[in-house]
Amino acid sequence: MQAHALKLTPLQKGLWALTGAGLIAFGSLLLWVDDRGDPTRQVQEPAFQADFELTDHQGTVRTDEDFAGQWLLVFFGFTKCPDICPTTLAEVAAVMDGLGDNASRIQPLFISIDPERDTPEALADFVPRFDASIIGLTGTPEQIGQTADSFHIYYEKIEEAAAPDGYTMGHSSQLFLFDPSGGYATSWQYGTPAEEILADLRERVAG
Amino acid sequence: MNRMTIATLATLAIALGGPGSAFAGSEDVVVEGAWARASIGTSRPGAAYMTLRNTGNEAVTLTGIMTPIAMMPEVHRTATNDNGVSTMAPAGDIDIAPGESVALAPGGLHAMLMRLQEPMIEGESFPLTLTFSDGGKVVVEVPILGLGARGPED
Repeated sequence: MQAHALKLTPLQKGLWALTGAGLIAFGSLLLWVDDRGDPTRQVQEPAFQADFELTDHQGTVRTDEDFAGQWLLVFFGFTKCPDICPTTLAEVAAVMDGLGDNASRIQPLFISIDPERDTPEALADFVPRFDASIIGLTGTPEQIGQTADSFHIYYEKIEEAAAPDGYTMGHSSQLFLFDPSGGYATSWQYGTPAEEILADLRERVAG
Repeated sequence: MNRMTIATLATLAIALGGPGSAFAGSEDVVVEGAWARASIGTSRPGAAYMTLRNTGNEAVTLTGIMTPIAMMPEVHRTATNDNGVSTMAPAGDIDIAPGESVALAPGGLHAMLMRLQEPMIEGESFPLTLTFSDGGKVVVEVPILGLGARGPED
């Protein structure tokens, strides 16, 4: 006999299912918010893994697995950007210069968030001019969208009549560091002096 | 480029108003540490940086910029929010109080040189005219540094 078992009507079952789904969604949202809370905090377990499949400035498909065993210095931008992007590229070039023998252990990646304009050719004419070791990556709008999701970064197209082609891009401007197993290690806000990044990097790479 | 050259170039900034002119304030604007990055061709906008110091007793307002090397030069401001998202927009008029300075520097205000008419070549320089609300103009010769320059002393 099943007298004591909870007898639920189909409607009740439906409501319970909805409540469960709601709780899961709410929990995920809390985790998600936490993940985005403070990118500079120190964590034991990496908050996320570098994950991408994109095309480099020489036209070769690259994924995060191609760089296993190397530290990754990842930043986002676009080639029509006159201020922040060349400044960050120049900072990264200065950091790579300063690393000396340790430079081979760190791979800098410039990922475009403007796939409409940034073809591999456009990147080839821009990125390596700052430092030959920097790899430019781009992809289809869908690939860039997935990459932005996996790196927890934000970008948007901003209509602006005066800008080239009538738009500019807003985007996350931090410099991200991933350890040799692809785990998020730290990030530096835009404007952090190259000397400070260099000192921090030296310590991490040596340690 | 060394400091001496920069200093020399900075002194080339000419206040067209001059002492005793009818302009109220802009003749007292001193431009220091002007520099720009070399461009790659002409398809991308260039950027120039400098510090404007108001040495006079009147507030001045920078209303625009002009240069023969770009069809559409405009002062823009990059701003970065708490989440690390950077955006850029025209800065509009820029007020400089008496005795105060305004820095055009990477990551903040910059003279954005859109529709370049010629490539900006390292080692060369170009004139940039600053126009003020009192009708005065200040012309500064901006030295072009390397693509990877990070400041006026690179």
